[in-house]
Amino acid sequence: MIKKWLIEMGSPPLFYKWSTKTLPWLFISAILILGIGLSWGLLFAPTDYKQGDVYRILYIHVPSAILGQSIFMFMAFCGFINVIWRAKISGMMLKSAAPIGVSFTLLALVTGSIWGKPTWGTWWVWDARLTSTLILFFIYAALIGLHSTIEDKTKADRAVSILSIVGLAIIPVIKKSVDWWQTLHQPSTFTITSSPSMSPDMYQPLLLCLVGFYLFFALLLTLNLRNEILERERTRNWVKQLLGVSS
Amino acid sequence: MNPIRKQRLYALVAILIGSLLATWLVISALSENMNLFYSPTEIKVAQLNENTLIRAGGMVKTGSIIKDTNSLNVVFTVTDYQNDLKINYEGILPDLFAENAGVVVRGNLNTDGSFKAIEVLAKHDENYMPPEVAKLMQEDS
Repeated sequence: MIKKWLIEMGSPPLFYKWSTKTLPWLFISAILILGIGLSWGLLFAPTDYKQGDVYRILYIHVPSAILGQSIFMFMAFCGFINVIWRAKISGMMLKSAAPIGVSFTLLALVTGSIWGKPTWGTWWVWDARLTSTLILFFIYAALIGLHSTIEDKTKADRAVSILSIVGLAIIPVIKKSVDWWQTLHQPSTFTITSSPSMSPDMYQPLLLCLVGFYLFFALLLTLNLRNEILERERTRNWVKQLLGVSS
Repeated sequence: MNPIRKQRLYALVAILIGSLLATWLVISALSENMNLFYSPTEIKVAQLNENTLIRAGGMVKTGSIIKDTNSLNVVFTVTDYQNDLKINYEGILPDLFAENAGVVVRGNLNTDGSFKAIEVLAKHDENYMPPEVAKLMQEDS
């Protein structure tokens, strides 16, 4: 059953129709959870003993940094499907996800910089974590640039797929940078091996923000993907019927 | 999986392994140059030239901060719990600068082995808690 559903979703018109039905629910849940998470974190969570209120920027910084990396992994996964099975929709997904991923990565860099000035005393430092994140930002930019230079969309998808798999190597470097080298950036607060070094009333809103960011990403991706489908399939009959254009 | 797809899969896996390998080679070639700062022990071992601009880092030793009352001059000791490094600095310190907290300083060594800093950055640790909890923890210890 799951296999059948997956194959159906691989068809652009079927995905388009299905997403029309699910979009309002996605919209409501994303706005709701993001709204609750952010207002909980920014307004009601306790202040930090050392940093005061300035730490609250992590409710935006941490989810956007995680999303920046998750979206890249998602893109590489789409690239994998696209190269091996040549599913048309995986290429469209890859293309639709890139601008969202680059935005989250930029948001993480900017919010980190704003936090860095009052806490560290500098906007930017060339340590391993910051530099590797900047490289991720440039890889995203390269993916977007590469896609736009190739006229044939199918070929562009394929090229970007392969580049996204090449770029995947940066993800473990970003993740482990704070453990492998001496950095100004602090090591991870959340690890698999030990309990989080953050009090529960501070990480609960953070988890909610993270879920909210993922839902927000799903929402943006669906909206982008619907546009991409319509643009690429504009000569097809189902789109003409949908838009009421006589063929 | 049909043979063509299998072939594509192998190609992709080869690309991924190649990319990981290249990244690993770059990283190991850069090795300790990837570190942002030297610890007091590394500085002691390295026998650095006085004019070389470097970053040193470690924890601010408890009770070592001496602030000048008439100027922005401050003297403190940075330690990695093996060796110490005395730091001279003139300027505004970041908010998080405190005893027993991490710092990264940029500057050069003086002839007497102390360090003349032109920039002091505070390093934040991975701990977050409300002030009440911090107070309780302090009372416990």
